Amino acid sequence: MSAVIENHHDDHDHGPAKGITRWLYTTNHKDIGTLYLWFSFAMFLIGGAMAMIIRAELFQPGMQIVEPEFYNQMITLHGLIMIFGGVMPAFVGLANWLVPMMIGAPDMALPRMNNLSFWILPFAFFILLSSLFMEGGAPNFGWTFYAPLSTTYAPPSVTFFIFSVHIMGASSIMGAINVVVTIMNMRAPGVTLMKMPLFVWSWLITAYLLIAVMPVLAGAVTMMLMDIHFGTSFFNAAGGGDPVLFQHIFWFFGHPEVYIMILPAFGIVSHIIETFSRKQLFGYSSMVWAMLSIAILSFVVWAHHMFTVGLPLAAEIFFMWATMLIAVPTGVKVFNWVATMFRGSLTFETPMLFAVAFVVLFTIGGLSGLMLAIVPADFQYHDTYFVVAHFHYVLVPGAIFSIMAAVYYWIPKWSGNMYDERLGKLHFWLSFIGVNVTFFPQHFIGLAGMPRRYPDYALIFADWNMVSSIGAFLFGFSQLLFLFIVIKTVMGGKKATDQVWEGAKGLEWTVASPAPYHTFSTPPKVD
Amino acid sequence: MLFNLFNFTKRNIFLLALLLLASPFMQADWFALNMTRGSTDISNEVFELHMLIFWICVAIGVVVFSVMFYSMWAHTKKKNPIPAKFHENHKLEIAWTIIPFLILIAMAVPASKTLVKIYDDEAGDINIQVTGYQWKWQYRYLEDDVSFFSNLSTDLDEIYNLVPKGENYLQEVDEMVVIPAGKKVRFLITANDVIHSWWLPAFAIKQDAIPGFVNTAWTIVDEPGIYRGKCTELCGKNHGFMPIVVKVVEQAEYDDWVFAKKQEAIKLAELTTKEWTAAELVERGESIYEVNCVACHQTSGQGISGIFPALAGSDIVMNNKDRNIEILMEGVQGAAMNSFSYLSEVELAAVITYTRQSWGNAEKGDGEIVIPKDIVDYKEPKI
Repeated sequence: MSAVIENHHDDHDHGPAKGITRWLYTTNHKDIGTLYLWFSFAMFLIGGAMAMIIRAELFQPGMQIVEPEFYNQMITLHGLIMIFGGVMPAFVGLANWLVPMMIGAPDMALPRMNNLSFWILPFAFFILLSSLFMEGGAPNFGWTFYAPLSTTYAPPSVTFFIFSVHIMGASSIMGAINVVVTIMNMRAPGVTLMKMPLFVWSWLITAYLLIAVMPVLAGAVTMMLMDIHFGTSFFNAAGGGDPVLFQHIFWFFGHPEVYIMILPAFGIVSHIIETFSRKQLFGYSSMVWAMLSIAILSFVVWAHHMFTVGLPLAAEIFFMWATMLIAVPTGVKVFNWVATMFRGSLTFETPMLFAVAFVVLFTIGGLSGLMLAIVPADFQYHDTYFVVAHFHYVLVPGAIFSIMAAVYYWIPKWSGNMYDERLGKLHFWLSFIGVNVTFFPQHFIGLAGMPRRYPDYALIFADWNMVSSIGAFLFGFSQLLFLFIVIKTVMGGKKATDQVWEGAKGLEWTVASPAPYHTFSTPPKVD
Repeated sequence: MLFNLFNFTKRNIFLLALLLLASPFMQADWFALNMTRGSTDISNEVFELHMLIFWICVAIGVVVFSVMFYSMWAHTKKKNPIPAKFHENHKLEIAWTIIPFLILIAMAVPASKTLVKIYDDEAGDINIQVTGYQWKWQYRYLEDDVSFFSNLSTDLDEIYNLVPKGENYLQEVDEMVVIPAGKKVRFLITANDVIHSWWLPAFAIKQDAIPGFVNTAWTIVDEPGIYRGKCTELCGKNHGFMPIVVKVVEQAEYDDWVFAKKQEAIKLAELTTKEWTAAELVERGESIYEVNCVACHQTSGQGISGIFPALAGSDIVMNNKDRNIEILMEGVQGAAMNSFSYLSEVELAAVITYTRQSWGNAEKGDGEIVIPKDIVDYKEPKI
């Protein structure tokens, strides 16, 4: 054993292996982070292409480009790919890159599992996407796959969908366990829990949410599998089953899931606003407590997705009040960001532009969420474009803007090169305008009465749908610019300093740029 | 207008530009921005509630964003090179926790009150069972034994842009639900296959139609007129094509309508005992096939490969009359094919005969027809 260690010691300073095996066999948190980020970028473009098809079909009333069957496959895959392939792996990639560096650890605690949790993902999405070419087509029941549309009435490819969701779930659970074990055991001396950077805190909470709810999702799809192939009737009313049970199980997973997609964003934005305000975050401990409260509340609000299924009055009132309560900790976070900026010394580089846009547009999404919590009004909003506008406001200029902000903020550390600030700002403005032109009119369309998941619509909705489609094309094509900027930065550019940003604080900024392959092999000293 | 074009004064050009710019605004619906005020007391209350929360949210947004935008303007590095040092202020933090909490209570209390009013389970003067099917609605008037299906009546050519779209594009049906004005009407909402959702915005009713469950909703509409709604739960490929149209009429007109519907039912029953020829059945069957079967099995009878089986050339359709009837009556367990036993004997016989005689099936198979009596016999208790 000691010989092995000595051998290893001899090549201690060498860099990564060469060729494809570097990426296949890697157990290095930076390599795996990079893999996750590129994978999520690829999925973002594929899911985005599907969104383009959806918006092209909705450009005008009438069926022009696709048939309703295919349209339903597009909305289903767009949702699944963006959530499980776009946003979640991007956050896991950021966690891989940043958590060890932020807490002064040499790597993730479970590096081999880290490799496995990434490398099963491409197979999951290969299976999911291959269903497009199967007889009967891809899953067509929406990303929420309500039974019995997703069981008795589903195309045969649903079995592949179930298998694919199982793999995604296994990947997420492994990733989450890795994050928890790393944070709990590998913090450098002096990094106490209440001294951890907020991004680390946000991921610790997210990881616990993942561990709690991904098995619930696995349970739901397994019950579907049993109903489809083994003659059970969990969700089949004709066999004594209960279709509403499916929705309870699904949303017990689904609501914490939406916070899984926003909590890491809270962490990222807090760092960026602090850096570019050159001022300490206004309330660190209240930010931590707010995230914890949001996470705990996320387990008792699931039925607000189900206000129209015929819940008893008492349940409607409970879930309405519990849901509204989430506005309190969320408000605390927004006020904190504003108070951090207040009387700071602000500059607006690309990461800060995305972070500021995040605060404004996420708040708009939060306020429409508050409106949706009001049950009698929700009877009018539910399953209309108002809901589509709401969750895209929290997910696109919310989660996705935070990911873009993070890429611009940390890419100098990852690649050693500064990105092109002029192009970065151009990308920001195109995205900002595109996102608002796409999703703001959807509030109007929804309030005027257009249901979601409609391939065709009445004439009264025509004008704003056209505007929304134009915005979507602008937003969609702007992301190719993002791809170009990232590649350009990785290939070369102005060398970044170690500190990179004037106001940046934290352990990751103390190492060289680009970050060496191995960092903090000996723990840093933190007071 | 032409005259103006030749008089290029600045003012005319300006007016012309204005007209060109404004023309899409005039003919179009740029003003369909908000929920519309409802047609019942409850839906009006919901509208007021919506506007109340909306303005509260706007006010919160204005306060928060103005502080933020002010800071972005006044506290740039240029204007404020030395950042302030303050952080954490317990008084401020308590204030921004308590104040939102109070605002929330101010919103939740009226909302809960309205909700209690909506949750009224008492029986109505008229009770209508609403059943969602892929992709149509069935309405059964429980007191009057009147029952019918309501299908989208928009022409396929309009959907596929071959002819101009009508005023009520996708919002029109072949048979409207008729209810009397000023009476309490209760809807008992359920579904036969997958989950649907019955939404009528003007009444502020949206209730999911779930197989195995009966949800209720009620309304009292004072103003006669036509009210339009939609299915709001993804229910398969024609989810966007199963609208709801309710016609509210005065009591006297409603009574006439019920009487006429009952007469229709009697006439239909007489048809069951009539002697039928193959041609008559095929003719009748074709229209039934178009309403109930084409969505899956297609006009060509070819179905959709992998999901919906072809009827053209199918052995069961061509050669197995008994199994043919059984499938329509019972559905196919575990598949999208549901029971169509809710159709009348005449309709069933006609549509089965149609499928046995079309697409060359008659030549390739036994070519036998199914008459209404066959269906009646099937329904007799089997010994």
